[in-house]
Amino acid sequence: MIRFESVSVTYDGAAEPTVRGIDFEVPEGELVLLAGPSGVGKSTVLGAVSGLVPHFTGGTLAGRVTVAGRDTRTHKPRELADVVGTVGQDPLSHFVTDTVEDELAYGMESLGLPPDVMRRRVEETLDLLGLAPLRDRPLATLSGGQQQRVAIGSVLTPHPRVLVLDEPTSALDPAAAEEVLAVVQRLVHDLGTTVLMAEHRLERVVQYADRIALLPAPGAPLVVGAPDEVMAVSPVCPPVVELGRLAGWTPLPLTVRDARRRAEPLRERLAEHAGDGRPGAGAGDAGSGDSGLGVGERAGTGPAVAGATPAPPAKTPPHTSAGWTGRLFGRASRRAATEAPAESAPVAEVTGLGVRRGRVEALRRVDLALSPGETVALMGRNGAGKSTLLGSLVGLVRPTSGTVRVGGVVPYRTPPQELVRRVGLVPQEPRDLLYAETVAAECAAADRDAEAAPGTCRALVGELLPGVADGTHPRDLSEGQRLALALAVVLAARPPLVLLDEPTRGLDYAAKARLITHLRALARDGRTIVLATHDVELAAELADRVVLLAEGEVIADGPTADVVVSSPSFAPQVTKILAPQPWLTVAQVREALR
Amino acid sequence: MADREGAPGTARPRGHSSLAVHPGAWWLWALGLGTAATRTTNPLLLALLLAVSAYVVTTCRPDTPWSRSYGAFLKLALAVIVLRLLFAVVLGSPIPGTHIVVTLPEVPLPHWAQGIRLGGRVTAEGLLFAAYDALRLATLLVCVGAANALASPTRLLKALPGALYEAGVAVVVALTFAPNLIADARRLRAARRLRGRPDRGLRGLLHVGLPVLEGALERSVALAAAMDARGYGRTADVPAPVRRTTAALTLGGLLGVCAGTYGLLTEAGGSYGMPVLLAGSAAALAGLWLGGRRTPRTRYRPDRWTVRACLIAGSGATVAALLTLAASADPAALHPGVIPLTAPELPLWPAVAVLLGLLPAFAAPTGGGGGRETAVALDSDDARTSLSLSALRRGRTSPGGDGAGAGSSSASASPSASATSASVASSASVTSAASDPASGAAPPSASASVKSSLSEEQPS
Repeated sequence: MIRFESVSVTYDGAAEPTVRGIDFEVPEGELVLLAGPSGVGKSTVLGAVSGLVPHFTGGTLAGRVTVAGRDTRTHKPRELADVVGTVGQDPLSHFVTDTVEDELAYGMESLGLPPDVMRRRVEETLDLLGLAPLRDRPLATLSGGQQQRVAIGSVLTPHPRVLVLDEPTSALDPAAAEEVLAVVQRLVHDLGTTVLMAEHRLERVVQYADRIALLPAPGAPLVVGAPDEVMAVSPVCPPVVELGRLAGWTPLPLTVRDARRRAEPLRERLAEHAGDGRPGAGAGDAGSGDSGLGVGERAGTGPAVAGATPAPPAKTPPHTSAGWTGRLFGRASRRAATEAPAESAPVAEVTGLGVRRGRVEALRRVDLALSPGETVALMGRNGAGKSTLLGSLVGLVRPTSGTVRVGGVVPYRTPPQELVRRVGLVPQEPRDLLYAETVAAECAAADRDAEAAPGTCRALVGELLPGVADGTHPRDLSEGQRLALALAVVLAARPPLVLLDEPTRGLDYAAKARLITHLRALARDGRTIVLATHDVELAAELADRVVLLAEGEVIADGPTADVVVSSPSFAPQVTKILAPQPWLTVAQVREALR
Repeated sequence: MADREGAPGTARPRGHSSLAVHPGAWWLWALGLGTAATRTTNPLLLALLLAVSAYVVTTCRPDTPWSRSYGAFLKLALAVIVLRLLFAVVLGSPIPGTHIVVTLPEVPLPHWAQGIRLGGRVTAEGLLFAAYDALRLATLLVCVGAANALASPTRLLKALPGALYEAGVAVVVALTFAPNLIADARRLRAARRLRGRPDRGLRGLLHVGLPVLEGALERSVALAAAMDARGYGRTADVPAPVRRTTAALTLGGLLGVCAGTYGLLTEAGGSYGMPVLLAGSAAALAGLWLGGRRTPRTRYRPDRWTVRACLIAGSGATVAALLTLAASADPAALHPGVIPLTAPELPLWPAVAVLLGLLPAFAAPTGGGGGRETAVALDSDDARTSLSLSALRRGRTSPGGDGAGAGSSSASASPSASATSASVASSASVTSAASDPASGAAPPSASASVKSSLSEEQPS
């Protein structure tokens, strides 16, 4: 269906081709996942399928790309519109009209389909994607997941035989991502659509792929193969694969279900290791142990759990009753360290906060206290009020009721110059924070804004982003580098409270690992960190405490293990595999096995 | 009446029910009221016009973002009145009057500014005259606002002829960009606050200007890419003679329009002006129509010109015509004098004529029940929609699969949607196109122009 014949693409002004020697074929009805670290040319490969590379982006394409027998050299994107549907990362930039129904019809109108066919296909697509209740809604009022589904629907209505998706779930919460991926899978299974998809969050998509095409490094040749083979050698892989590699499972499991079926021996080993390897962690009382709550409990009760209750359902019923005991007794050293200063004065305190926007109540009676040195993950659906809560902590949002105090001041009444020394926020789009032409100028401006000693910010950039030249334009940095620069700018004022809104959007695993290292170091310094995130793996790695928001209310607030383990959509993969034992990350498991 | 209203709400998809009336009808109605407003300065009649349009807007407007623009137009109208009165006070009025309200200190002006007066006497007559005049302009504005609230301008643009469609889309996209720009500016000002810089004042705004423009540019490039990938600007292959004829007709037609207008406006051209103008317009229209053949586009659920639309447009036109008649028959009643000061009276027949503008409130879908005719129109509309919906539903369930299968298989099962034989034929061709790779991904089509466009695309 899609055939690349020794394709290489060189953009204008670039010395080297972005991708070279791409040679592969996607047969009809297959779902191929394009994986690789950032900056290896995944988007270029995707763009070549729809003809946007090179017709729209410029540059030179050597070799040949054919889609359904049409050569993209002789066919412009608009002439491929009836065979290829493309959906990008940001659905809002894809929309031409303003309501759902019109958007679904737009592509068909361009192709000149007869009105009765259009009408029928719009109705079919509304049902297929579960959009019927939204048909007359203005697009701007939809949630992220709904917008992404409309964007997919809008390219589906002309019945393309190839669907090209560039990071379809990276901006979505776990539930919305599953929704979108379920739709994609349905298309592949029921309609025989060929799908080529790029995605950073492999843990979400790898199990759906028939094959994986891996670009391991810039300029490196493409590796194509069955998912388990490719994942065995891939530099980027989801936690389930990492755990599989650690445990030496072959073939590598790609789904939580496969991994669980092989995890029995590992669970036993872990229980033994944990039993004798961790002297200080045996505090968990045997009575509440089988609930598997709290990192500390695993030591004392692990063996009994692994032997007696291997079945996953066992973890749910005793949870509520045991949660309290878990909280009272079983605490690991890390947890204990963060709990201790909780009695001291909080860095920020939110009481009874309510925020109303027009007719919508964005936040309702939110109470939250943040103690020094603690890392908190704010989680919840798109639109649950996470960003609003962060905004009210930095004074961008004025509360309608209740109080917010950060470092003893009321944020929205404090002049910005003063507030930056108490709290800093890295917004969802770090680029918003950067104005200057070069990294050096940006740093100098940050020092001036923060009234810090000259060179403060530059030194931070040196730590967070080693090897970035002074003269680089912030625009030319990769997503992860830009985030690090924005973080350095915020840290120049040395605020005790650092907020990050959706920091891992668009980051690959390597960039994410670097970010985690930086944030851990900050927390060790006694900074309080609050992350609003959809990334359950990030929360599991980093957070001491998770606060779940829904419809503007706090619905859960507690230690990460407690909150995350009990939720099917917010539990990280390692937890799901090793339940009922309360492991959160591969790193913990590796540590325990050592 | 009430129960009948309840039923359509459930049977009909809400999306287009609010827009079921052709947007052109609403614009004609509003412009009719606006024209009527220009015919009179009687404040009572103007107030009646305002009340009529406001009542219709509140009963008929759909719940959409653009329908909230009515409030903005009301404020604008109020600003116009205030500004006009202010000018009358400060700059004086050409109306001589004897009732002095207040005397402002007069600013002496140099001799070259003769005829302009700053300050001085302010008379009641002058103020009243200015108020009447301002009210007329305000009413006109509010009428335009009513059209805006009742029918989205983007929907009106959709009714453009095919040849102008692409220009129309450009306008629509530009319209949706304005709100995005504002959102961007807000976000970046917030970001300035995060950097510890003042976020208020002119400097704050200037500093975000460049990033906002950058963002807008990036967004438009992304949108252009998306539109291109979705088939915007596909052209059908039109034979060379047709293309040449199109160009000749359009160019010639426009030249004719120019010459004709010139003829009409000059004294000498009285004889040839009209015919040349008409011929030019006809040629230009023919050119547009022929040019439309180059774009293979079709329209999704175009607005139909229904009985209801006729009633709405007709009521507006009637109001305009009757007030024009009244203005020539009884100018005194429609233009109450200000010298001497008299209280304006409400002329009976023109007032009744204005009340005709209320018809849409009863004839439009979201309004109450109306005359027999509109009830019939409503019912037949609903019946059609519910019929096609139930046919669809049957088509979906009959393959035996779940909803998932519907995507592909309801096309083959759609004979149950046997409203017309044509739809069956076209759905059958959909199936063949989807299942038969040899036919390429050719979207099936009934129109010849589309077929030709497809043959152009298929390399085989």
